[in-house]
Amino acid sequence: MTMTAMTMPTTPPANPAILPGRGGFFGGLSDTFWRRPKLFLFLMLAPPLLWLGVIYIGSLFALLLQSFFSIDEFSGLIVREFTLSTYAELLRPSNFDIILRTVIMAALVTITSAVVAFPIAYYAARYARGKWKAFFYLGIMLPLWSSYLVKVYAWKLILAKEGILTWAFAKLHLTWLLDGILALPVVGGNSLSISYIGTYLVFVYVWLPYMILPTQAALERVPGNLIEASSDLGATPNQTFRHVLLPLALPGIIAGSIFTFSLTLGDYIIPQIVGSSRLFIGQAVYAQQGTAGNVPLAAAFSVVPIVIMAIYLWIAKKKGAFDAL
Amino acid sequence: MKPAVQFENVSRHFGVVRAVDAVDLKIEPGEFYAMLGPSGSGKTTCLRLIAGFEQPSGGHIEIFGETAEGVPPYRRNVNTVFQDYALFPHLNILDNVAYGMMVRGIGKAERHRAADEALELVKLPGYGARKPGQLSGGQRQRVALARALVNKPKVLLLDEPLGALDLKLREQMQEELKSLQRALGITFIFVTHDQSEALSMADRVAVFNNGGIVQEGTPQDIYNRPRTRFVADFVGSSNVIAPEVMKSLGGEHRWASLRPEAIRLATEGGVSATVAATSFLGAGTRITAEVNGTRLHVMVPAGEANLAVGTPVRLDWSASEVHYMDGAA
Amino acid sequence: MRSDRGTEASWSLKVAAAAGLLFLHLPILLIFVYAFTTEEKSFQWPPPGFTTQWFAIAWNRPDIWQALSLSVQVAAIATAIALVLGTLCAAAVSQTKFFGREAISLLVILPIALPGIITGIALRSAFSLVDIPFSVWTIVLGHATFCVVVVYNNAVARFRRTSGSLIEASMDLGADGFQTFRHIILPNIGTALLAGGMLAFALSFDEVIVTTFTGGQQQTLPIWMLEELIRPRQRPVTNVVAMVVVLVTFLPILAAFYLTREGDQIAGGGK
Repeated sequence: MTMTAMTMPTTPPANPAILPGRGGFFGGLSDTFWRRPKLFLFLMLAPPLLWLGVIYIGSLFALLLQSFFSIDEFSGLIVREFTLSTYAELLRPSNFDIILRTVIMAALVTITSAVVAFPIAYYAARYARGKWKAFFYLGIMLPLWSSYLVKVYAWKLILAKEGILTWAFAKLHLTWLLDGILALPVVGGNSLSISYIGTYLVFVYVWLPYMILPTQAALERVPGNLIEASSDLGATPNQTFRHVLLPLALPGIIAGSIFTFSLTLGDYIIPQIVGSSRLFIGQAVYAQQGTAGNVPLAAAFSVVPIVIMAIYLWIAKKKGAFDAL
Repeated sequence: MKPAVQFENVSRHFGVVRAVDAVDLKIEPGEFYAMLGPSGSGKTTCLRLIAGFEQPSGGHIEIFGETAEGVPPYRRNVNTVFQDYALFPHLNILDNVAYGMMVRGIGKAERHRAADEALELVKLPGYGARKPGQLSGGQRQRVALARALVNKPKVLLLDEPLGALDLKLREQMQEELKSLQRALGITFIFVTHDQSEALSMADRVAVFNNGGIVQEGTPQDIYNRPRTRFVADFVGSSNVIAPEVMKSLGGEHRWASLRPEAIRLATEGGVSATVAATSFLGAGTRITAEVNGTRLHVMVPAGEANLAVGTPVRLDWSASEVHYMDGAA
Repeated sequence: MRSDRGTEASWSLKVAAAAGLLFLHLPILLIFVYAFTTEEKSFQWPPPGFTTQWFAIAWNRPDIWQALSLSVQVAAIATAIALVLGTLCAAAVSQTKFFGREAISLLVILPIALPGIITGIALRSAFSLVDIPFSVWTIVLGHATFCVVVVYNNAVARFRRTSGSLIEASMDLGADGFQTFRHIILPNIGTALLAGGMLAFALSFDEVIVTTFTGGQQQTLPIWMLEELIRPRQRPVTNVVAMVVVLVTFLPILAAFYLTREGDQIAGGGK
């Protein structure tokens, strides 16, 4: 550097090595925080911890506690004594059916979502570039974030007996097929909007974006040349899919399944609006705490999805699904 | 005059890890001081202790005779050039350079004029309106330098400032930094893991290992008279000879270092060796010769010897060139 | 999954991806058509005729305006709380190392990781346990709890991208903690906070499950709509409201996308 251009004075004697504090309230506070970083950290964490750790977790524990109480069958009052009888009630055939029904639905919804999500996620991760990437991203984000109730409502319109689906089947001269589906035992019904098939379709629709996003995230991390290497080594596209792509995408799919599974387990609005009158866990919780006034049983019911999810998460963690979240 | 920076028995422990352990050092005003060592040796932690980003677990730090522990970084008249430059991405170059003056409440016109001058000093006049993202690595480095120097610090700290630059730019910046330091008279403290950088730029070098200073001295001291085997190994290029081998070569039964330039090819006397490899280095040729199962590097002027691998040679050196040292690795 | 070679996708993959996207969007578009139908009593398709009269009728319904205004109030307050709590949490987790950092991340995510009904019933039983009457504030309390996570996710992602040495550089140059926050931290995380705030607003504006447990007589817009779905009064008015809700929630999502597209993603998360 040309030193002739030097205009900076060499350190004058009045230039102290340690500057005085800025003073004032904020200057003093800043110094205090700097000197006591633990105090500062505590002050930063106190409000969120108080809110989430005390109010929220406290409420969850209160709920858990209630599940160990029981209800007096004659007076309808809550007996505040430790008992497992409320949990035993869950095993009654009528209650156990609810749990079984919900878990089967959650499993079917999860599997279907994974199958429908994969091509979208794969295309978005591997082929979409530039503008198309943004298009796909918004194409998944907008349905994810648009109103849950509106989405459910849209399906009530679609599945209604006089709705667009019946019309479409008629136009294609496939009314016999629709009637055939509706005539199926258990899953069928008077119309799609009051059948298990309807509930299932809405669940898949509403939770699908939650499956696409983590699957896409996992696929983004698969280098393109890995797939080329596999076909270069003589694998057929099917073999490449089975032995390379699927194992690498699996953590993402499992991460997505955590959402679809958990959300289906706890939902009570979809089966209430689109579906038969048979209850799901969420509806049972709602009914028990509301009209029936049996808070202990409602609490015990709500522990079921927590336990199922805890087991599910434990397995998912073993498979390394959390890296894809 | 009080030392620019003085450490008395300074330690910094992170849990059980002793990043800096009982370090004493004294850096004189106006000195260009290098802290050299492998990563994890404690040199960067020492720098951060001076800047105030870390607090000592024990000991006492003085900056120009004033106690530094408990003083936050913003009250120390010490500035840092960060390894990743840490330019503020949302501010343009001029506001980056003027930042220190801005937070001290200096008016806009005055601080912008000073920032312009500082940019001229680092040969980036007219770059003020650009954003950091639009500059090359070398240019960003100069901005970081200007941003620190414009505050007229008593001590300038440089954390591996040349690490991210390519070789040619690095050599150019080494020279510029050195002349800049001479001209400004500010104490420069410089952290690096590159021994050639430390030796070529610094007035004094401290070699760090395992949280402590192994040796402190002029570059010549460090190079010619490494105190331990570790220093000789780390500074490199010298032959490090094990005690048994040294004894078999007629020396003492101690670890020793012997510079390649100090060994010459002899026609008689000395010890017999076999050429294992040669490499042409421009100004000279480096011969790797095998002696009693040890390989020694010998530096001979270019054109003096053209030896095929396997040729028997005789090596000789004067006993005074052998430097005995501590065996600690 | 045919022919993975090259950059061109196979025909079957394109069809499957396009069909999937259509599946996601067509139902929402259908709502738009129904908002203009002349049919009042059923969901008849195709609509027998088209009219814009339902917009005027909806406009003059005070119950809709009340629900809308409550929803906006709740979302605004919940977002403000979530912004403060989420930013504090994100700053603490990303700027310092302390024991239990992982637990904090888990704690923040828990309210959306657990089914909404559990959060709802837990809060409801807690309110009744300590005799807090239902009000706007109990709704806000529930909403803020699960809104924290979107602010937190956005802020943490930005903090991670922001080099830690920027804060040290600022302090090194003489700025104290408050100056550093104002001149360095805030400008660098500002857009992420704005995006997180918008998503939190959208999340709260749309929430129905927790609200059914934490609200008393007050009706937010989603609660109003749920009532209409269970006990329909004037179906076309519901259609109009549904369409408006879709349009209104799209705006903050698009804005959040443009604010954060350089690098970090809109933190999806659950509802």
